[in-house]
Amino acid sequence: MEFNENEAIYLQIAGYVSEHILRGSWPPDDKIPSVRDLAGTLQVNPNTVMRTYEHLQGQEVIYNKRGIGFFVAPDGPRRVQEQRKARFLQQELPAFFRTIRLLGVGLPEVQQRYDQFLAAHPEPVSLPQA
Amino acid sequence: MVRIRNLDFGYSKRVPLFQNLSLTLERGRIYGLLGKNGAGKSTLLKCLVGLAFPWAGTCTVHGQPAAARYPDVLADLFFLPEEVYVPALTGEQFVASTAPFYPRFDRAQLAEYLQELEVPVHARLSAMSFGQQKKFMIAFALAANTSLLVLDEPTNGLDIPSKAQFRTIVASALGEDRCVIISTHQVRDLDALIDTVVVVHDRRIVLNSSLDALTDSLRFGSARPDETAAPLYAEASVRGPQGIWPNPEGRPSRVDLELLFNALVSGNADLVNHLTPLAHELAL
Repeated sequence: MEFNENEAIYLQIAGYVSEHILRGSWPPDDKIPSVRDLAGTLQVNPNTVMRTYEHLQGQEVIYNKRGIGFFVAPDGPRRVQEQRKARFLQQELPAFFRTIRLLGVGLPEVQQRYDQFLAAHPEPVSLPQA
Repeated sequence: MVRIRNLDFGYSKRVPLFQNLSLTLERGRIYGLLGKNGAGKSTLLKCLVGLAFPWAGTCTVHGQPAAARYPDVLADLFFLPEEVYVPALTGEQFVASTAPFYPRFDRAQLAEYLQELEVPVHARLSAMSFGQQKKFMIAFALAANTSLLVLDEPTNGLDIPSKAQFRTIVASALGEDRCVIISTHQVRDLDALIDTVVVVHDRRIVLNSSLDALTDSLRFGSARPDETAAPLYAEASVRGPQGIWPNPEGRPSRVDLELLFNALVSGNADLVNHLTPLAHELAL
């Protein structure tokens, strides 16, 4: 896995796990890879993966069956989606606003391009619905 | 697991390499040992495994002095030097003669690691390339399942895919009862693998801190748009200035080991003051 320079690795791994949950490749109530296996796959410290799992457990995206492993929470996909949305609104959107102000791109132009985008991509770029 | 207290050591009486150096290593962690050329990384590892004898102070493993080289201590530690020595034996012969010294040696694991690293087991070790010899010894070291594993520049001499394979097997080999210490100049090879960073500089340990503790009190990266504080240390880069900032809000970031190391060895007073609570062993 390629890690970006500045974001904490445990959060980047949380993003990786969340992506699998959101795409449905790790469905609800399925066991996710053990700490050791995921550490090997991603070539990272197992303590970092443990921190990721604790973080996701705290957000109720996954749950722990003692002695067995970690499992995707029944409403894991919905929680991931909520968190992604919150993160988008709080972090990515302000960055986007800064850029369009800097470059002098008006909201009407953004709206127009978004309409074009929707027309060109009639399939919903689907996130599972709550 | 390892306790070094008030260690003095050098190769010449006039040039001490370590003065009053203290360091504690615990189980369940992968330590990265960083230091400039000649700072004494390899020598520190040799003191730790009983290959160099302290002038003063103590260096113990499992509570026993490392220099006494008790068999039960040696059976539970493995030291892989930067330049590996291999006898004129095949891999199988080497395992047959050497593995019995390690009670928890696991042959199935060895086979798995050798396969991962693409090293043949039937070939004569002394006839292999340096990189292949080194990979064989890395696999052997991990399969020995010692609770203390000391690796001196393990990725030196490895080709590009082997470095990734090395990270894979080390990452999956750490257990709660194991302590791994890896010295390196190649911070980019290992920065996702280690969880604790130890810096040796100017005859002592200037930092022994988990990466989590560092990012709790410091933030690494570019200035935030709303940043008011000045960086403790900064360097120019193509992504704009990259710095180390105070982190009162506890924002998560990723430790930039190069930046941290450069700041520490430059004697940056602001950073050193900030880190003093973390580098608690300075005071001992």
